[in-house]
Amino acid sequence: MEKTTYNFKEVMSKPERLAPGHRMCAGCGGTITVRTVLRALEEGDKAVIGNATGCLEVSSFMYPYTAYEDSYIHNAFENAGATLSGVETAYHVLKKKGKIKDNFKFITFGGDGGTYDIGFQSLSGAMERGHDMVYVCYDNGAYMNTGTQRSSATPQYADTTTTPAGKVSAGKVQIRKDLAAIMAEHHIPYVGQSTFTSNFKDLYTKAQKAIYTPGAAFLNVMSPCPRGWGYEPSEVMNICKLAVDTCYWPMFEVIEGRWILNYEPKNKLPIEEFLRPQRRFKHLFKKENEELIGKFQEEIDKQWEELKNKCN
Amino acid sequence: MAIRERLSGNEAVAYAIKQVNPDVMPAFPITPSTEIPQYVANYIANGEIDTEFIHVESEHSAMSATVGASAAGARAVTATSSCGMALMWEELYVAASNRLPIVLALVNRALSGPININADHSDSMGARDSGWIQIYAESNQEVYDNYIQAFPIAEDTRVHLPVMVCQDGFITSHGVENILLVEDDKVKNFVGEYEPEHYLLNATEKMALGPYAVSNYYMETKRAQRQAMINAREVILEVADKFEKMTGRRYSFFEQYQMEDADYAVVIIGSAAGTCKAAIDEIRNTTGKKAGLIKIRVFRPFPEVEIAKALSKVKAVAVMDRSEMFSATSGPLGAEVRAAMYQEHGTADVVNYFYGLGGRDITVSDFEAVYEKLETLARTHVVTDMYEYIGLRSARPEEV
Repeated sequence: MEKTTYNFKEVMSKPERLAPGHRMCAGCGGTITVRTVLRALEEGDKAVIGNATGCLEVSSFMYPYTAYEDSYIHNAFENAGATLSGVETAYHVLKKKGKIKDNFKFITFGGDGGTYDIGFQSLSGAMERGHDMVYVCYDNGAYMNTGTQRSSATPQYADTTTTPAGKVSAGKVQIRKDLAAIMAEHHIPYVGQSTFTSNFKDLYTKAQKAIYTPGAAFLNVMSPCPRGWGYEPSEVMNICKLAVDTCYWPMFEVIEGRWILNYEPKNKLPIEEFLRPQRRFKHLFKKENEELIGKFQEEIDKQWEELKNKCN
Repeated sequence: MAIRERLSGNEAVAYAIKQVNPDVMPAFPITPSTEIPQYVANYIANGEIDTEFIHVESEHSAMSATVGASAAGARAVTATSSCGMALMWEELYVAASNRLPIVLALVNRALSGPININADHSDSMGARDSGWIQIYAESNQEVYDNYIQAFPIAEDTRVHLPVMVCQDGFITSHGVENILLVEDDKVKNFVGEYEPEHYLLNATEKMALGPYAVSNYYMETKRAQRQAMINAREVILEVADKFEKMTGRRYSFFEQYQMEDADYAVVIIGSAAGTCKAAIDEIRNTTGKKAGLIKIRVFRPFPEVEIAKALSKVKAVAVMDRSEMFSATSGPLGAEVRAAMYQEHGTADVVNYFYGLGGRDITVSDFEAVYEKLETLARTHVVTDMYEYIGLRSARPEEV
């Protein structure tokens, strides 16, 4: 179903399936992720959108208003995978019984808290069972809805409200969990990791593949959060570019077990370039923390090499 | 003609599921309810039903997927016990507040700890405030009959609430008894086709479910749930009437056994009612003393006025709880029955006992002793053993 050509203007002029009027922050990456992924639905295809509790849910479906142009279900924080698997199963049985005629697609969104952490088991179960659905993690690297608490997606050394940088603390101790790789190890037909490029081609085409590949699919989308990361809202696209050009956030996909690197920067930038514009890493630029940036770089280099090996 | 069979409680529920042929059943194994999804999986494996089974990785996901399937427009069921339902806890409230007519087969078992797999009502009693209709059974026949009645109750537009069909772990779930099964076509006709008014997969009307609704809407949601529970009273009785016409078996909010002239009454839930009835027969036959029993079938909605009325003429009542609620006073049934009696200006002396926790046996002679105590209580009006644990080794840990 992948389109051979990508026409930015054409894609951007498709009708929005997330209506304006929701209450997400200016410059919110999560909202951009949702709009881009939903744009990948073919016009005329119906969808049920799922959602884990989080910023997105409490800001896009405040009773009695919904921003969704499609049917939508929010259940709880940790069960977006299981909930949509129930919807998808109902679809198949009702279709088999002739009670439903139309084609529906199933896409659920969860933040990294609801996906990497509390919803991990539910996600793993839904992927393992192979429901024909897409789970999209809008990964903003912390529990942003409750005020930037550390998650297992939070990068090492990030200053969060539960891993604050202090006199004897340099922020989060551990490195982030590589969730896309873990999902690939479920041997599902499609896994993609993406973020926002200048023309959104990468995310859009991955969303298309995820939605239209039969079976379970997982998308991990780095979705910057201006409040939690501490950058100017207008800088969101630059932050994403720095994330991929420093190889902090590699863009790859795993199709039927085949690892594909989608972007390799001509000039791999030093990690400082990604860290410097963000308040959450400010403490790393103090003299006494200099070596930590080196350690951060080592980890990035190691993971980048590992990924390239997988993709060969 | 009804079909004569010998089935365990779990088999009876599974057989009812086969007859109802629900659309989706997500379930996770837990003793003693495990057999129910196993039997259903066998029906599916042999092409006997169209139900789609979802092999969820936990009970939390079982109820989450059931919520999703029900919201999507499917008739969705699940089964669990004890800690399994404890893991569903959050989702029980979501299911009820979303007004999803899910039917849950609950095989009552003690909650941990210590871990204990036997009969006790701590699981469902703990969930009594979750907004689910709760229907309890004494026997395999009753759990089968209740299960079939659960669908027209849950799906009635005046109700739209999930229903928990409860039976006692092992005693009922694994005990094989004679049973009268209703013919397939009659069951199908009784439950009817499920046609939800609003659902996610309706191509002509989109739906959004599970909103963020803060202080300006939340109370109205709760009041609507309350109204549904109030409405459920008449619907439960209507469905029972319809069921009686089909089978000849009569159901109500509770069963009254030898209550017409009773001086001394026990109020109880579940399988122990059978033992209590044996004690009543024995007492009446040997002493002529007027012992009676109220066996609660419907605990949610709570039949407050009806219970108080049924107890209005007795001299003394023992309300017997098969679960603790650690208020350091009564158990859940004790609290509610006594509140009902107070509200209706009841005059009987009342005592509240605990029994059968974690599957401890209660015998005919235990019940005979309870009636003897009630006789003394009615004479002296002095309660000496309120909240006693029947059949306890000792109240002192060092003596255990």
